[in-house]
Amino acid sequence: MKKTMYEKIWDSHLVVDVPGQAPLLYVDRHLMHEVTSPQAFEGLRLSGRKVRNPHSILATMDHCVPTKNRQLPIADPIAKKQIEVMAENCRVNGLTLYDMKNPNNGVIHVVVPEHGFVHPGMVVVCGDSHTATHGAFGALAFGIGTSEVEHVMATQTLPQKKSKTMLVQVDGELPKYSTAKDIALTIIGKIGTAGATGYVIEYAGDAIQSLSMEGRMTLCNMAIEAGARAGLVAPDEKTYAYLKGREYAPSGKNWDLALAYWQSLSSDAGAAFDAVITLDAVDIAPQVSWGTSPEQVIGVDACVPAPDSFADEGRRKACAGALEYMGLAPNTKITDIPIDFVFVGSCTNGRIEDFRMAAELAKGTQVAKGVTAIAVPGSYHVKQQAEAEGLDKIFIEAGWEWRDPGCSMCLAMNGDELSKGQRSASTSNRNFEGRQGKGGRTHLVSPAMAAAAAAAGHFVDIRKL
Amino acid sequence: MQPYTKHESIAAAMNRSNVDTDQIIPKQFLKKVERSGFGVHLFHDWRYNDDGSDNPDFELNKPAFKGAKILVAGDNFGCGSSREHAPWAIADYGFNTLISTSYADIFYNNCFKNGILAIKVDKALLDKLMAEIGANEGVRFSVDLENQQVATPAGNGFTFDIDPFRKGNLLSGLDDIGLTLQQADKIDQFEQRHKQAFPWLWPR
Repeated sequence: MKKTMYEKIWDSHLVVDVPGQAPLLYVDRHLMHEVTSPQAFEGLRLSGRKVRNPHSILATMDHCVPTKNRQLPIADPIAKKQIEVMAENCRVNGLTLYDMKNPNNGVIHVVVPEHGFVHPGMVVVCGDSHTATHGAFGALAFGIGTSEVEHVMATQTLPQKKSKTMLVQVDGELPKYSTAKDIALTIIGKIGTAGATGYVIEYAGDAIQSLSMEGRMTLCNMAIEAGARAGLVAPDEKTYAYLKGREYAPSGKNWDLALAYWQSLSSDAGAAFDAVITLDAVDIAPQVSWGTSPEQVIGVDACVPAPDSFADEGRRKACAGALEYMGLAPNTKITDIPIDFVFVGSCTNGRIEDFRMAAELAKGTQVAKGVTAIAVPGSYHVKQQAEAEGLDKIFIEAGWEWRDPGCSMCLAMNGDELSKGQRSASTSNRNFEGRQGKGGRTHLVSPAMAAAAAAAGHFVDIRKL
Repeated sequence: MQPYTKHESIAAAMNRSNVDTDQIIPKQFLKKVERSGFGVHLFHDWRYNDDGSDNPDFELNKPAFKGAKILVAGDNFGCGSSREHAPWAIADYGFNTLISTSYADIFYNNCFKNGILAIKVDKALLDKLMAEIGANEGVRFSVDLENQQVATPAGNGFTFDIDPFRKGNLLSGLDDIGLTLQQADKIDQFEQRHKQAFPWLWPR
């Protein structure tokens, strides 16, 4: 039988499938951060259970960590406690933790690939919806809840329902200045935030193959924003080249064994998908979200839609509500929307390539009057690399703040946040109400679009610069 | 987990689509290391005014919905972040039953781990239930999980589908991990085979 990549990974990880019970799936890698794990450790402790495979876990601190003045104690006592509890849980259970002061520290989904901890064909989980990121390596990677974090620690397995499969085929050449982020937003705009609920997406086509590993991570990261359980890209020479030599990548004889397996993972030609979506990359313009859901997104050369432009009543209502929250009038040109804040970073766009793109646009400019722009590397390694390339100087000379790594303003748990009514151009993944601070207004964009907006004080069609 | 038993309760309505988990429990409340006490923060940014007083325009602040155990909600409820703090807050507030057309995947799983029954209905039925609540705020629905039935005074009752595994766990209040560990031998055997097939996954 011809199988999709998802089905191959599923089959090779199925421990037991008893009628009347959910199939039990084996988990190879378990990623952790401080926000969604403490209650799982507590549960384990209370029930007298142990972590089954400590080597399968890699932990970091990212959500609550300050991105400046890190040498000072954390001011927020509740955040400070969460950080301390994480350190203690990892110590007691013998887990590898890249704590706040560790040179490997950073956002979990940026750090993990840097160390080659996830490989093609693995099943990977984390108490974090953006675990989908690691699908870029051809691993089945998905977010789980805290009860499931405890379940995986105790059993190395998860009861799972098999997902349906969706092929998202993107062919053609992506225009200059359109990026993986723009592909991701275009797909979500097309199918909606529940468009892929119940599915695992496989991204394919020459536009996907042309993406770097960083680009593929950006794309898969946002699979969850389309409702998908996970996103996948078939591993290829780029994947293998990226992994080779990294700390947790196989080496020697094991490399050859692993490589042979990885090369067998691609979906078989003619394998059937439950749904197929096709896009032409040539048509993908730089995207800007205008509302409070990632599906409320449009090309930079367009205007904010009016509620009555939607046929569906639910969408009409959602549009009206979003415009009210966002303080936008229908039919406003996207390029006329002024901004107060720029955030480049996050597990979506916090990798070296993202800072290169942003720096290219920031070079020789000045942050517009009244605008604050922050560049927050996804990890200390990204930060070091950017500094080695002189990118930090470009940002600083342009009036940006160059910060330490963390989730920062993506979800604004660490004190980096918008105040009421402030409007951001943000390279993160969610524009929900209050996500970046109560009353804050978020527009999702690519790093290049964010950098151009920082200089202009409003959105800019970077294709025309 | 408490076993889910048959009950008759007030049904509250929240007629909004794509309610995300950032709204259900905003990020400033995710720093706690305990599982309890999130109910007071449920829907914080919608529920309270800036000065901390109740926002009278927010649905769940209506006196008629006080004590509701059933929440009837719009499409794609619980989308976004995987935070289990969302169902913890929902359960701690007092809800044990959700009725909507659809739920985000991770949120749906998380509900059942916390004794919350998430029922899926079609759009037409959801509209009827919303209308019934709208016309008679404080109306009580009865939910019978054993027989997979919901009854309402206006006759909008229905039978719902649910995965038998999830149903069994809710009814028994069984610990999922304990259930999985009944298969410990199978996990051990699988792990041995997996180790042989993929030796590079284990520490050198």
